[in-house]
Amino acid sequence: MRTVGLVWSGFRMNLKMLGTSSFFLLTSVVQPVIFATVAFYMFRSGGRSGTLLYASLGAGMMGVWSTTLFGSGGMIQWQRWQGTLELGAAAPPPLTLVYLPFSLANAFTGMYAMAATLVWGWVVFGVPLHLVHPWQFVLALAATVLALGLMGLVLASTFILYRYANALSNLLEYPVWIASGLVFSTSLLPAWTRPISWLLPPYWGILAIRHAALGGEVWGPLGLVVALGAGSLLLSTVTFRFFEKAARARATLSLT
Amino acid sequence: MRRFWSTFFVGGLIAYRGLFNWIRPAMYVPTMLGSPLFQLIFFTKLGQYAHAEARDFYIVGNSVQVCAMSSVYGMTMAVANERWFGTLGPLLASPANRAAVFLGRGVPVLANGLLVSTFTFLVGVLLLGFRPGLDAVPALALVVLVTVTSCTAFGMLLGSIGLRAKDFFFAANLAYFLMLLFCGVNIPLSVLPGWMNAVGRCLPLTHGIEAARDVAAGASLGDVAGLVGTELGVAAAYAAAGFALFRVLERESRRSAVLDAY
Repeated sequence: MRTVGLVWSGFRMNLKMLGTSSFFLLTSVVQPVIFATVAFYMFRSGGRSGTLLYASLGAGMMGVWSTTLFGSGGMIQWQRWQGTLELGAAAPPPLTLVYLPFSLANAFTGMYAMAATLVWGWVVFGVPLHLVHPWQFVLALAATVLALGLMGLVLASTFILYRYANALSNLLEYPVWIASGLVFSTSLLPAWTRPISWLLPPYWGILAIRHAALGGEVWGPLGLVVALGAGSLLLSTVTFRFFEKAARARATLSLT
Repeated sequence: MRRFWSTFFVGGLIAYRGLFNWIRPAMYVPTMLGSPLFQLIFFTKLGQYAHAEARDFYIVGNSVQVCAMSSVYGMTMAVANERWFGTLGPLLASPANRAAVFLGRGVPVLANGLLVSTFTFLVGVLLLGFRPGLDAVPALALVVLVTVTSCTAFGMLLGSIGLRAKDFFFAANLAYFLMLLFCGVNIPLSVLPGWMNAVGRCLPLTHGIEAARDVAAGASLGDVAGLVGTELGVAAAYAAAGFALFRVLERESRRSAVLDAY
């Protein structure tokens, strides 16, 4: 019960903090809308207007990933700057549990991106919002956002030791968009990148979301999203413990 | 005159070293080289998937546009970070020539923008099969130089806004992403609605990218002289507007005593 309370209060607090940040407004609403518009025009000029919902969903997922990524990178860095990282590390609950609600709130904020691109596509470009399996769509979106939040937790743990976490955030935005095939098929990429794609929750997430929206098998990709999310949670408990111990031993926890 | 140039070059370099947050290799390599590399691959593959334009369209467009990583963010930091680091007051209390202080900051930013664009073109050559032809390279280099200059001048204007605006990074980020949409980087201007086309023509990059594409396709420098001249005009207009705004905001900040205030 105490764990649930901790997660809920942390989730609410971070959600409020993110709600006042213009940077997150940019990442979760403005940037996805701009990328969606670029993708719409590119698909239109290529004569692939039938794929506009495909572009809308992909651009939305790009926003979910960006918000999770910058949130996870920033989570450790901002706490470092504000001097609260040590307090979190010294608190009785495991560090994973302290940062889990933050990561979930980051990913939840990313859902604004999906809403923004779908509404933008519908209002400005007339993209029909007809979903083939609406309930499965909601389920797939929720599971994907949750899995991305947990993936963000693994990333955040590695940022404990790395002083330039925001640089890694800047670097990792496009590669995950590419390897996950969010707006184009991964068949365009070299064959050696396939295993990387398979290990990424957004790869299966966008498949599940796309199949739920446009038609196709949802449960297989959805199962893999859940499995990879659970794997991320397990991995993050190990990595948080390892990196926290290393940072304590080197006395580098609060170094900026 | 000697003092002017000393403030222009030495002052500009010192300001860049002190105020550009991403100068350390651990920040520079992932942000200024890694991000443009993957941006290029992303849009080239997206274009390929959408069957929109030929591969070189995206390679040239993005290789030129990524100079904004330096021009927009670098220039914004080089001016607006003075306030963030609390050094704006002492700087503006000094008798240094304002034009030298302001414009000198653009030189390292411009050099860095050229480096980022050159790197991205090389990635295009090595990974994506971009082959502009050796005789096109000098003209392409000149077009890129002019385009980076105009983009740096645009960064000066944004940096000046940062002297007073609370969240200057929001403006810099927004400008960077809007350039992807309005400047014909990945979408031909003819595909955009009229008003977007008109906005794009008032921004830096647009004419430069068009000229670079023509040169890469075999046009001579004379063929694109009009586009290059327009890009230079855009650069002069933004540099003048940036400097004028810098002076106005300086005066206003002194008058209302909000120089270092947030």
